[in-house]
Amino acid sequence: MLDPIKNMFAPGGPFELLAFAPPGWGGNLLFGLLRSLEVAGGAYALALVIGILGAWGKLYGGELIRDLLQIYTIVVRAVPELVLILILYYAVPQAINSVLVASGHERIVPPPLMVGTIVLGLVIGAYMTEVLRGAIKAIPVGQMEAAKAYGMPAGLTAWRITLPLMTANAISGMANLWLIATKDTALLAVIGFGELTLSTRQAAGATKEHMTFFAAAALLYLIISILSGRIFAFAERWSRRGQAPLKRAAI
Amino acid sequence: MRSVALDPVSDPRPYAIRVQDLHKSFGTLEVLRGVSLSARQGDVIAIIGGSGSGKSTFLRCINFLETPTRGKVVIGDEEIVVRPDGTPVHRRQIEQIRRRLGMVFQNFNLWSHKTVLENLIEVPVHVLGVPKREAIVQAQELLRRVGLSEKAQAYPAYLSGGQQQRAAIARALAIDPRAMLFDEPTSALDPELVGEVLGVIRGLAGEGRTMILVTHEMKFAREVSSHVIYLHNGSVEEEGPPDQLFDAPRSERLKQFLRSVG
Amino acid sequence: MKSLREMTKPHRLLIIALVLAAVVWCAEGLRWDWVGEYWASGVVLEGLTNTLWIWAISWGAGLFFAVWLGLAQAAGPWYLALPAKIYCSIIRGTPLLLQLWALYYGLGSLFPEFPWLRSSFLWPYLREAWPFAVVALTFSFAGYEGEVMRGAFLGVSRGQLEAARAFGVPRLTALRRIWFPQAFQRALPTVGNESVLLLKGTALVSTISVLDIFAVADQVRSDTFITYEPLLLLAVCYMVLTGVLVLVFRYIERMFPARVA
Repeated sequence: MLDPIKNMFAPGGPFELLAFAPPGWGGNLLFGLLRSLEVAGGAYALALVIGILGAWGKLYGGELIRDLLQIYTIVVRAVPELVLILILYYAVPQAINSVLVASGHERIVPPPLMVGTIVLGLVIGAYMTEVLRGAIKAIPVGQMEAAKAYGMPAGLTAWRITLPLMTANAISGMANLWLIATKDTALLAVIGFGELTLSTRQAAGATKEHMTFFAAAALLYLIISILSGRIFAFAERWSRRGQAPLKRAAI
Repeated sequence: MRSVALDPVSDPRPYAIRVQDLHKSFGTLEVLRGVSLSARQGDVIAIIGGSGSGKSTFLRCINFLETPTRGKVVIGDEEIVVRPDGTPVHRRQIEQIRRRLGMVFQNFNLWSHKTVLENLIEVPVHVLGVPKREAIVQAQELLRRVGLSEKAQAYPAYLSGGQQQRAAIARALAIDPRAMLFDEPTSALDPELVGEVLGVIRGLAGEGRTMILVTHEMKFAREVSSHVIYLHNGSVEEEGPPDQLFDAPRSERLKQFLRSVG
Repeated sequence: MKSLREMTKPHRLLIIALVLAAVVWCAEGLRWDWVGEYWASGVVLEGLTNTLWIWAISWGAGLFFAVWLGLAQAAGPWYLALPAKIYCSIIRGTPLLLQLWALYYGLGSLFPEFPWLRSSFLWPYLREAWPFAVVALTFSFAGYEGEVMRGAFLGVSRGQLEAARAFGVPRLTALRRIWFPQAFQRALPTVGNESVLLLKGTALVSTISVLDIFAVADQVRSDTFITYEPLLLLAVCYMVLTGVLVLVFRYIERMFPARVA
């Protein structure tokens, strides 16, 4: 049953250029997609850490911390990711190396994957801070108060009360940021990182079959975005279990 | 101040609204099963009934906000021409007829991005072609009549429910309607605000306005109306002059209904 | 806007001092000799104006299409609503860079194959890069704002539209005077936010050889081999532009009365 489909990718078929192995470029595209997802995943994880720390700082930190975080957020929101990527592309390795040299190690050339991950993580982290902060603020104060009134220690309250409720509010914003993360990986093409968009352009340039590859890449991105949407929708339903269903919110 | 219905045969007043055998179904659910109504000029007709009786649906069918499945609607002398499935043939006919009917909604539905005054002049100026200056003068007079002169430049969001509804009534008056349709005008109001709105409606009845009033306020309905229709499950269970309906109801259901609303 | 008293609180003073120190350190410690030369040559101004007018056209045209895309989904028949929804989904589901390159490298390579195109009036435009930039940004902005307008149209209380119907207001008039003004007002904060995102998106056109301010900074970098300074100045430039944009939108928002009690 799969044979007719396989034949479409075989030499002579309509999709031969998208075949997995050379002379098809399909393999390249899929590897590019894999690397995009790697970077997006790593950046998202970093952004989560930054977001949690940043949200905590903005809500409970001192005035100085709040102002510094505000500057961080403003800079990231005002400056194009491309500029930040370029700046950090040079700055991050330099920073890493100065730390290494100062502690007596050798200089290294940080792999582009790591640099890209850190860069995107810092960018998405700023937005994540806002999402998580808003999500925590949206929790009715009474929930935490009840925990305090029953003598629940602060750490346990944070873990068993605040975090689950915050997650329920934050999921839709986090879903949006995940999609932004996956799409922003394309920007790393500009610094030569071999993710999906760069692979697409290379394939198109080599074979002159531009629309084939750009359409294929678009399809791959769309599949990711649809799948991610489904997963996050499920996650939202699960995290909101027991709460009254949300009315469709207007903008 | 209640209008009195005259003897139907010798009554010289022209008909304002005539509805014949109206049916309305939502899918398989039949909400109206052959309701008829005749309103001459100056009549105040109150439509009462429990929830689900179809009274709001019936009112909304008169100006075709809902499309009746079957039946005839005549506004003045003009019959609304419909296709076999009930949809009106000419959209423009419907629009023009609606401009002669003033509707007041349960939820006021004032246009929230316009001031009270702008709400009043919106249809006269931009649909009926009345010169703006003239429309403003008329609107200010109407606001004075409903007691909202100082609120002319206010936005609806800053008015109380009672004030919004009075403004909505003024808006309906601004188009100089032949007849007015009230869809539970006080149901969404806090109890202490109901009185001011009923006062305005009472005044209109006293002026001789033709009105069809869907309401829960039994005392008020009895006071202002010339004819009362009691709907149950989509059909007219009983109708007649208010004294007869409220003091000497014939149908058992009506008796129960009157008991339950106190 | 922060009051003077808030500005003089100790931690604020500390931050202001730090920022000033950073600025002074940058001014002294980094190389800025290239600025004068590049400014004089006019290329900086050219890049800046390119960024601005590309943003402006994309913003205007994109918003125009977005209104129709949103309206189609909010009120249109299925054969208009579905294509609009698919369009917005594709735009929002794929990276801007991919869309830009697809148009420039993809479509752009197809055009020479049509001889009738070559002799048409469009040809000189199809040989340049900037039309592709403007079209790509327009499509992108329209896609995102189309979704915003859809929500905005749907968010207007149905009762108001019903009142317009009940008063016999013709449909087009009701759309023009009741539905659209309120939808636009609802959409304004989001549109303002995304206008900033559009400005950031203009940086991508440098990848298809359009000379915007990003490209100018890149050129300075490759000419002088100075890495950070041009980029830092570029970042400051974008921050200023963004700040102006935010102020403009706040002003516009204030022009509309607060209709939410």
